[in-house]
Amino acid sequence: MLSSTDASMENWYRAIDADPRFHALARQRSRLGWGLGGAVLVAYYSFILIIAFKPAWLVRPLGPTTVVTVGIAAGLAIIALCVALTGVYIWQANRDFDRKNREIVDDARRNA
Amino acid sequence: MMRDAMLKPLVPALLLLAPTAVSAAESVNSGGIAITFFIVFVAATLAITWWAARRTHTTHDFYAAGGNISGLQNGLAIAGDFMSAASFLGVSGLIFGFGFDGLIYAVGGLAGWPLVLFLLSERLKNLGKYTFADAVTLRLAATPIRCLAASGSLVAVVLYLIGQMVGAGKLIEVLFGLNYSVAVGCVGTLMIVYVCFGGMLATTWVQIIKAVLLLGGASLVTVLVLAQFNFSLNQLLMAALKQHARGVAVLAPGGLVHDPVSVVSLGTALVFGTAGLPHILMRFFTVPNAREARRSVFFATAFIGYFYMLTFVIGFGAMALVLGNPQFADATGRLLGGDNMAAIHLAHAAGGPLLLGFMSAVCFATILAVVSGLTLSGASAISHDLYASVFRPNASEQEVVRVSRYATIVLGVVAVLLALLFESQNVAYLVLMAFTVGASVNFPLLFLALFWRNLTTSGALTGGVMGLVTAVGCIVLGPTVWVEVLGNAEPIVPYKYPALFAMCASFSGSIVVSLLDRSARATRERAGFNAQYIRSQTGLGAEGTPA
Repeated sequence: MLSSTDASMENWYRAIDADPRFHALARQRSRLGWGLGGAVLVAYYSFILIIAFKPAWLVRPLGPTTVVTVGIAAGLAIIALCVALTGVYIWQANRDFDRKNREIVDDARRNA
Repeated sequence: MMRDAMLKPLVPALLLLAPTAVSAAESVNSGGIAITFFIVFVAATLAITWWAARRTHTTHDFYAAGGNISGLQNGLAIAGDFMSAASFLGVSGLIFGFGFDGLIYAVGGLAGWPLVLFLLSERLKNLGKYTFADAVTLRLAATPIRCLAASGSLVAVVLYLIGQMVGAGKLIEVLFGLNYSVAVGCVGTLMIVYVCFGGMLATTWVQIIKAVLLLGGASLVTVLVLAQFNFSLNQLLMAALKQHARGVAVLAPGGLVHDPVSVVSLGTALVFGTAGLPHILMRFFTVPNAREARRSVFFATAFIGYFYMLTFVIGFGAMALVLGNPQFADATGRLLGGDNMAAIHLAHAAGGPLLLGFMSAVCFATILAVVSGLTLSGASAISHDLYASVFRPNASEQEVVRVSRYATIVLGVVAVLLALLFESQNVAYLVLMAFTVGASVNFPLLFLALFWRNLTTSGALTGGVMGLVTAVGCIVLGPTVWVEVLGNAEPIVPYKYPALFAMCASFSGSIVVSLLDRSARATRERAGFNAQYIRSQTGLGAEGTPA
């Protein structure tokens, strides 16, 4: 429980809260998370709402020589998109989030 | 050692069951192969349990495997938790039976994972200790919120457990010719042994082995099926359409869910349910830090995405190769063992008795692994959230681990009894109801606590209870239970999938009551958001990091 955290932890939290680098990192993380999350939700709910309200759109075959429909291609594409976007997130997050975070925490510990 | 002495009598008991099973399984000539694979798997997992038992002493070992699982290992274990018999047999069976609508389950099941990664996994690891309730009670009142989280978790776990156990019983009944109740009893006993003695460490390794076996086996079936169609999806689908009674219409939506509200509600349960399943959320505490938590979700998403692609091919492959094949139909022309057995029959059609035996054993291993993970998360809800945090805050480590073991045994027995009671229920539906409870109780609580400063205890409690009551109420009064189980003529609630309503009830209850809450406690809780926010972002003060 936070109320039982010792006084030094309180000081560290205060120091971090006062550190503009922390807020920049938090913003960067949020923007990445919500941006990619929004993309997944938009793609997924478009798929679901089309199934719900305009199912005929999904029945058309992709081409004259194939029976693979738009709906099947879209479903498989969303699965692939989800995997790809998690890859993008990891790639971005692993680049410098951990290093920046460590610097902020270490400075707070040293100075507070 | 005492634990070894208690494990030993079980092994001969299992071996004794095998010969009767072989003789009873004459209808399925690969029963012997399946049983050989199965005995090898059980022996290996019991050996792991024995190894893990010697390393499991504290609550941290028992609930979180000492926090020493790597990202890749945890990713495989998460994928293992998610690739249950219901996803593999159930989703391939749904595609086999309904075509396109089965794909909704695959897409929805996967789309929840990126959201868990982007918004929850790192924050949860930074805030929690063993269960997600740890994270939400950092600033909210511990007793009521833990009771709520434990209720949501237990309802979801029990629904999920019943689904898996029923699936296991049916599978074993069809494959090995074992009696349903004996089969369910067997699964219950093994899962109690894994969890009681080996805790999270054994459960994780059982899960990893099973995930590798399942991915390998399903890949093999897929390659063998595609080889018959020159590796062309188009040729496979054309062959499938020729067999299915609905013809080209199986590629159109509407086979399984008809009205728009049901489609949206089903889609919502699938995508947000993942973020509320306690046995999944618990996995983030087995890794040492947020970075590994992040990596584990990436691996899990990649494995699960790949797995659903395989399931898609297997479902349509079964339509092409199993449907209409008299070898796999009963006297009335229905598939032997029901649609859920489509993937198993396809393994037979594509790879002969050896692959059939292997895939049967893998499916059984899948069920064993998933019920173990579920039981462990249910036991931790009882022992960590209720016993150690609410009823006996001063309990010693040994006492809490002991209570977890009792809780495991009780949950195991309850699951076996309920599985006997619900023998004829639809497996995929039961599991979907677990997702519904996850999406409408646990997810809103976790999400609002992490992201919304104004959430207060009274708000969270009101919303959680409203979500739980709506979800359970709609399930009981809906078409499946009220009409099909209880035998009434008309359902009181006309919708089969209540997630949309229950989730709305939960969110709106939480938000309205929190905004109206003017108590001193509410002011304190809002003020506590800053510290929680900083900890969730930086991990400073998190379990496992030196303070």
